Amino acid sequence: MPLRRVKRSRLGGYVVRLPPAEREVLGSLPPMLRGMLSEQDPEDPAIRRLFPSAFLDDEKAAADFDSVVRDDLMGQRLAAIETLERTVGSDRLSEEELSAWLASVNDLRLVLGVRLAVTEESTPEEFGGDPETEQAYGLYAYLSYLEEEMVEALAGG
Amino acid sequence: MAQTAPTEVDRPVGDEDVVPDLPWIVIVWNDPINLMSYVVYVFQKLFGYPREKATKLMLDVHHKGKAVVSDGPREKCEFDVARLHAHGLWATLQKDR
Repeated sequence: MPLRRVKRSRLGGYVVRLPPAEREVLGSLPPMLRGMLSEQDPEDPAIRRLFPSAFLDDEKAAADFDSVVRDDLMGQRLAAIETLERTVGSDRLSEEELSAWLASVNDLRLVLGVRLAVTEESTPEEFGGDPETEQAYGLYAYLSYLEEEMVEALAGG
Repeated sequence: MAQTAPTEVDRPVGDEDVVPDLPWIVIVWNDPINLMSYVVYVFQKLFGYPREKATKLMLDVHHKGKAVVSDGPREKCEFDVARLHAHGLWATLQKDR
């Protein structure tokens, strides 16, 4: 049984046990995420995935909605990134801090997943060959694993 | 609590221009990236649904492509959609018709 990386603590909050190499990976996420969010190319499908249309067949309502909530959504995303950056070396996290980790990890999974064109039938072999693709998929797979751990801990496991 | 059957009420006639206050619904759409466990967790956290209901909704999204996860007045549905977007889920709202 591999060691659980994230566990609810009996003393309150959560205990995080991560090998140094994984801390380093997590430490590299905030600048990566900020870079992606600051590009803000509205045509980028990965960015559209983070700020999706709220109305299927009503472009005007969707644009109105977007203009009202986008700054707030962006603010929440940047605040989560900041929390991850500030606490990335911590062994203990509050629920709020762990939720921020989860939010940032999920945002990055979404961006990577869209860029890699992941489908429900995807297998790791599909992403072999090109080193850059391989590396991006490796990160995606690791974040998926870590996210399962975080969700399990937060959902009461 | 027992309720008595409603008695016949005379419906007002001739006011067809009154728009019925249709409720709105929030739909979450399937995507290949969000983890199933994460989607269940988000439904529980945002809507306070018990695990069984959140799991059933997630499975509907996964197998049928979408599920109605909440409803109510437009403002409430817009709020729910914004919270779902903040959590990375693809949600839309529409009139329930």
